[in-house]
Amino acid sequence: MFRATLKSLLARKVRLILSGLAVVLGVMFVSGAFVLTDTLGRSFDSVFADGFSEIDVNVTAKPKVEVSEIEGEQTATPLPAAVVDRVKQVPGVASATGIVNADGARVIGSNGKVITSFGPPQLGENWTGESELLQLREGRGPQADDEIVINKSLATAAKVQVGQKVGVLTAFESKKRDFTLVGILGYSGDRDSIGGVNEVFFTTPVAQRLMIGEPDAFSSITVRAAGGVSDETLRDDVARTLGADYEVKTGEQVAADAAASLKEGLSFFNKILLGFAAVALLVGTFLILNTFSIIVAQRTRELALMRAIGASGRQIIGSVVLEAIAVGLIASVLGLAAGIGVGALLAFLFGKLAGGLTLAGIGVPAAAVIGSFAVGLVITVVAALLPALRASRIPPIAAMQDVATPDRPLTKVTIAGSVVTGIGAVLLFLGLSGNASGQTLPTILGGVLFAFIGVALLTPLISRPVVALLGAIFSWSVPGKLGRLNSGRNPRRTAITAAALMVGIALVTGVTVILDSAKGSISALAEDTIKAELVISGAQGGPRPPSFDPAVLDRAKALPGVQMVDGEYGDMAKLNGESTWVAASSDIASLRQIFGAKPTAGDIDRLGPTQMLVSSDTATSRNLSVGSTVNVQLTRGEARTYTVSGIYEASQLTNPVTLPATAAKDFAIPQPIQGFIQLAPGTRVGDVQPQVEALLADSPEVSVADRAAFIKQQTGQLDGLLTMIQILLALAIVIAVLGIINTLALSVLERTRELGLLRAIGLRRSQTMGMITVEAVVISVFGALLGVVVGSGLGAAVVEALKDEGITDLILPWGQMGVFLGLAAIIGVVAAVLPAVRAARINVLGAIAHD
Amino acid sequence: MTATVGQQAQAAARANDVWKVYGSGEAQVIALRGVSAEFERGRFTAIMGPSGSGKSTLMHCLAGLDSVTRGTVAIGETTVTGLGDSGLTKLRRDKVGFIFQQFNLLPTLTAKENILLPLSIAGRKPDPAWYDTVIDTVGLRDRLDHRPAQLSGGQQQRVACARALVSRPEVIFADEPTGNLDSRSGAEVLNFLRNSVREHGQTIVMVTHDPTAAAYADRVVFLADGEIVSELIEPTAETVLDTMKKLDAPAEVGN
Repeated sequence: MFRATLKSLLARKVRLILSGLAVVLGVMFVSGAFVLTDTLGRSFDSVFADGFSEIDVNVTAKPKVEVSEIEGEQTATPLPAAVVDRVKQVPGVASATGIVNADGARVIGSNGKVITSFGPPQLGENWTGESELLQLREGRGPQADDEIVINKSLATAAKVQVGQKVGVLTAFESKKRDFTLVGILGYSGDRDSIGGVNEVFFTTPVAQRLMIGEPDAFSSITVRAAGGVSDETLRDDVARTLGADYEVKTGEQVAADAAASLKEGLSFFNKILLGFAAVALLVGTFLILNTFSIIVAQRTRELALMRAIGASGRQIIGSVVLEAIAVGLIASVLGLAAGIGVGALLAFLFGKLAGGLTLAGIGVPAAAVIGSFAVGLVITVVAALLPALRASRIPPIAAMQDVATPDRPLTKVTIAGSVVTGIGAVLLFLGLSGNASGQTLPTILGGVLFAFIGVALLTPLISRPVVALLGAIFSWSVPGKLGRLNSGRNPRRTAITAAALMVGIALVTGVTVILDSAKGSISALAEDTIKAELVISGAQGGPRPPSFDPAVLDRAKALPGVQMVDGEYGDMAKLNGESTWVAASSDIASLRQIFGAKPTAGDIDRLGPTQMLVSSDTATSRNLSVGSTVNVQLTRGEARTYTVSGIYEASQLTNPVTLPATAAKDFAIPQPIQGFIQLAPGTRVGDVQPQVEALLADSPEVSVADRAAFIKQQTGQLDGLLTMIQILLALAIVIAVLGIINTLALSVLERTRELGLLRAIGLRRSQTMGMITVEAVVISVFGALLGVVVGSGLGAAVVEALKDEGITDLILPWGQMGVFLGLAAIIGVVAAVLPAVRAARINVLGAIAHD
Repeated sequence: MTATVGQQAQAAARANDVWKVYGSGEAQVIALRGVSAEFERGRFTAIMGPSGSGKSTLMHCLAGLDSVTRGTVAIGETTVTGLGDSGLTKLRRDKVGFIFQQFNLLPTLTAKENILLPLSIAGRKPDPAWYDTVIDTVGLRDRLDHRPAQLSGGQQQRVACARALVSRPEVIFADEPTGNLDSRSGAEVLNFLRNSVREHGQTIVMVTHDPTAAAYADRVVFLADGEIVSELIEPTAETVLDTMKKLDAPAEVGN
């Protein structure tokens, strides 16, 4: 029995290749995601382990505001230089060195543009000499105040050489400053950077002034242990000496902590990739289900014979499931291998993009192997279960008669479809209306899954009229008519093939609807509210947003035709112990005049040095009213108490908390990150823009744009997101195309005799091919049509649910939808090529004799 | 009318007042009208009758492939009527063998694997002596590693016969076994079936409409319009043909 199964499997391997390929692609996605994130994770580990390799014990002051990796770079609280001496006194300390190390040292390249790191920080540090890790490649260390050393990859990117003047933007100076490059350094192992981090080394006093903003202060202290003293002992001794205000960790701990936050991001990324893998696998499930159903139908006689000579129903199920296991196993192995390749390739590309991240060896984590086999096997077996059940119900008598497979009524499947769709709709409603008691995302995803399966079950019923309608387009020719009739003759098969395509197209359409609506709503709001004709801003290329010289604000104000100028500052702060984004405006009147804020309580036109404004939703969530006092801890300085003096209506464009401009000096970035310029009525934008541009000559990170360009730039991020999602969903669509090819190929095989007959009575080769092509196009356009409709529905539901979040306009991407339908027609033509060629090549005589 | 050939105490297969009705109302077709018959052990019985007489239906019902509307069917000691799927499966495994008109061999398996398939499905080992006897009787020893596509029609049918014989079933049902064969191959197969009855005491029930084929049997039962209308013991092709001619006339009027 076992042998018979495997032999029949081998005989039908071609038919199973395509459906196996669907599993291979899905599994590839899964294992690729694991391999990629594992490799990157270990690469980061080694980067951090390296970066902290020369530290036995590290001392920092407790940060005043904790910032997570996603929110930005942690700013260290300055350590007074006296602490270094205290550490030196601790027994067992061989040396203690004060280190300045802060993000925000931005080198201006020879072309006048700021060099960005695309992710990693751009550190400004004090020069403490060469070490095992740091090695000067050229020149010497900085000795004078106007001398710097930078790392090799930064020097290469900036195209600068030792001896040249180099402009650098620093954290605490509002304008760029010119330095002489006196040296270029590299790292042990002949590396030009560590993980793409850009480093600029100043003399210690300059680094303190420009990167910390305080003389005689350091970001951290690097301690080396004397011989025979363990890192842990030394850590505990230093910690005891310094007390609770300081964090004392071993170098290993620091490296692990630094890597941990990045890894958290990676695991999130991994989950997203796995989500897309799930979509691909859902589509693959449809495809396998269909293939096995068709194969079972084609093997009716063979299976009936098995039954007649004594095989039990269970043995038949077993034999079909065994086939599924074999297909699943082979596909899992191939998928795992392909995934390792893809993961390695992506890791390599990522390493290049991240500015030369040295990759750790490609690793295959256990999760990748287990995940691949579990997913590959489970998906295949689950998909084959229904056809297996059907196979077991084939009566043995079918071995003796030509049993015409009766057109089973669609009643049951339609009822099941309605019920499942209903469940999906209810889950979606619960999830979107926020009634899912904390399980919002799983509820919504479950709803989408149920909706897809439900619609897929309803598809056979829908397919009859729709396919007839679509097919009517081709009915002018005989092959067209035959193709149309063929696509309508097995509604279940047509339906499930189309449903596979539906899933991919529906998700793309849904996401497009949501993002377009979000973009449209935000743009409309910004157009309506922001009353500034010019905006100063820059594209963020690392953890630190671009900033500019606050003096530009005053000078812009003085330009003729300028009515109001507002500089926006922002940072994470602790309000009564809870982290929140806070903002400060250089001109508080702009809140009303430029951003159209409306007061709901108190006065929002004025702001004293100890007063603050909050948005209405912040007031509600934090239980604040006019007169409430709030303890505010900024990144720097002591905590202060502010009194709420006004509340403004919350909108997409308002900040949760607005502090007075004087508070901005204690922000992590004490410079404005955006500037809004309102012109006097009648002033031409084109007249003022070049003048503002001239003012920004020393702040090369930012530029000035008119409002429309600014809004476009802001919403442009959504376009990038949309493109990424579309690329990831493309795989699901590719799998669906495989499904169409597979269904057609199997149908052609099944109809060999019929095709031979048609050819015998005079159908030309080209007409045969036309017939198959029409069938394919009808199926794929039907699938795309379903997808567009279902996707618009899902998208519209989400947009409706997000009304309160400010997505007020439902925008249906008609153009995109048209493109999808057109693409589907092309997909149909492409998918039909191989089956059509095969059909056209059928040997007429052989086909008629075919049994 | 009831066939009167039930003298032997133990029949290999038995039908008792079997009715088979397909459909209902206007579309109702009565395929069998109270058929009672016994098929003795160790004999070769042919069931004959014109198209639509119910001969295939009778065989399907006897073999437990189709359910009866009324009456009972038994094979050996086992009452087939009322058995569930697992009971029927066991019956097919242990007591029944089939030979089909279309041979119905698995194209992916070799002749040997096809022959042993029923045993491997049941998870049993073949009795080597009996296996050798069967292989030699059907004369396929040099063809065992060939696939069905590499065998002639007659050879394929001999493989199918060997497959039916190898598990030594209580009764073998053959459905037009020579229908797809030329006359020489047909004669080979029929000789072989007759020999397995004479030499090894196998019981065979064969449905056919070919008088020459029926002449190989020990006994012929004639069906018309769902009833047993006649029977012949030790038939010859001529006596079978004569009986058929008599049956055909009223049947055509009936249509």
